[in-house]
Amino acid sequence: MLAALGMASVDELFSHLPPDVRLNRPLDIPAGLSEYEIIDYFRGLGDQAANGYASFLGAGVYRHYRPVVIDALATRGEFLTSYTPYQAEISQGVLTTIFEFQTMIAQLTGMELANASMYDGSTAVPEAAMMAIRITGRDKLLVARSLHPEYREVLDTYRRHQDIPTDTIGFDRRSGQIDLADLEAKLNSDVAAVIVQSPNFFGVVDSTRQAAELAHRHGALLVVVFTEAVSLGLLEPTYEADIVAGELQSFAHPPSYGGPFVGVLATKQKYIRQIPGRLVGETVDTEGNRAFCLTLATREQHIRRAKATSNICTNQALIALMATIYMCVFGKQGLRELAEQNLAKAHYLAAQIEKQGAKLAFQGPYFNEFVVAPNGTSAAVVNERALADKIIGGLDLGRFYPELKGHMLVCATEMNRRDEMDRFARAFAP
Amino acid sequence: MYPNNYRYTKEHEWINVEGDTATVGITDHAQDQLGDVVFVELPKVGVALQAMQSFGTVESVKAVSDIYAPVSGEVTAVNEALADTPEQINEDPHGKGWLIRVKLADKKQVESLMTAEQYQEYVAAEKES
Repeated sequence: MLAALGMASVDELFSHLPPDVRLNRPLDIPAGLSEYEIIDYFRGLGDQAANGYASFLGAGVYRHYRPVVIDALATRGEFLTSYTPYQAEISQGVLTTIFEFQTMIAQLTGMELANASMYDGSTAVPEAAMMAIRITGRDKLLVARSLHPEYREVLDTYRRHQDIPTDTIGFDRRSGQIDLADLEAKLNSDVAAVIVQSPNFFGVVDSTRQAAELAHRHGALLVVVFTEAVSLGLLEPTYEADIVAGELQSFAHPPSYGGPFVGVLATKQKYIRQIPGRLVGETVDTEGNRAFCLTLATREQHIRRAKATSNICTNQALIALMATIYMCVFGKQGLRELAEQNLAKAHYLAAQIEKQGAKLAFQGPYFNEFVVAPNGTSAAVVNERALADKIIGGLDLGRFYPELKGHMLVCATEMNRRDEMDRFARAFAP
Repeated sequence: MYPNNYRYTKEHEWINVEGDTATVGITDHAQDQLGDVVFVELPKVGVALQAMQSFGTVESVKAVSDIYAPVSGEVTAVNEALADTPEQINEDPHGKGWLIRVKLADKKQVESLMTAEQYQEYVAAEKES
């Protein structure tokens, strides 16, 4: 390359830079390694970090078994680009998988349609809120405090620059579900949307049906949020919801240091023109064959510019594809069995922990996560003991809820073996 | 083509004043530019509009366009038939394809709008540029 540039040395290439900004010694980094050495080095780092550990940490990110067929199919050359396909003529395969994705999500959430995915669950929530604001012509939001605290932070980022007034709905200290009296007291004709998560951040299946009834009585929409997609295999969807916003990481991807994730929005047919993001529709080609193409794109940013429904002008196609394959592999019955395993394991773990004198904080029904208050010891000590036994413990809720300081959010999935649960429960000994 | 008793805006809406109320729609040129109209979003009856305020959208297979109020006034009726037959905007833009009726806040505002002749000159000039 230097010869092509007519230069004799690398120094000459940079000779135009003033001497005082140039580094006149080698960079302080180790010498180069071979590919074999590099892989060995990173495997070693991986072993130090988390390999071989059991985990009971959930709180919005879940460990589930990923069938090997997911990566085998998702990395095929035909799916090589993760970008949403504009050109229906050459993209029927990808478009078909997105259409299948939308169909399965609509079925699982009890809605009439779903979009082609969002970046993640946390950004799907403000999109649902802004959608409700457009539909109702109102601007106030009522947000459950039991919505994932980090989702609330993302919502606040969107909200504060648009001057959207927001109030929170408390939770019942006995059940862990939303405080319906508090919701009823705060509802009025300014409220565009009530936003409730179920199972909520405490793992408790929330009273979404009652919330829908109250919201609708005041002309507001109900947005139901989920962070644990596996719960959809067992829990009856909230058909009364107007918008469902959720995170599908459980179906698609291992925790992997927090991403990439994949969110989704689902809604009723009558709101189809207000849903942001991509939509794939079914149509026929010039020969009358069933075919798929992007539809309703006229409301998107690349066409409508500043007046677009949203700034999202793409989808999370590759990770959504993984979720699609996952849903197909498990199927209706498989998803249900998987969800039942999660439920059974979490309830087994809770019983073992209670034998150590710890108390469950809430009486509401829970799926695969629950809140527990250690007795005669502390969350920090429990987690330290667990870690020494190669177990990643639960989340100390004091970080997000001052009134729940010392309480732990604990999760069990199908990945947790009985001996791991027994060992973790013993860490709760007074 | 363009009724002489209508007035026209630079945003390609027409207004037909009858007494204290007026009917508003988009022009033949506008529907021609948009192509097949598939959906119309209209305001609720009773909404107060300011002149040049966007009061809805017309969606075609190609684009979604805002529609602007030619004058200030309160919405007294919307063309409900367009929900099922938006193609009336293409077929009869100056008649059956009307969008809303408004009770005029200030009749004088109409006088500042273009006449049919001026509008046709405006469209011709826009085509050339």
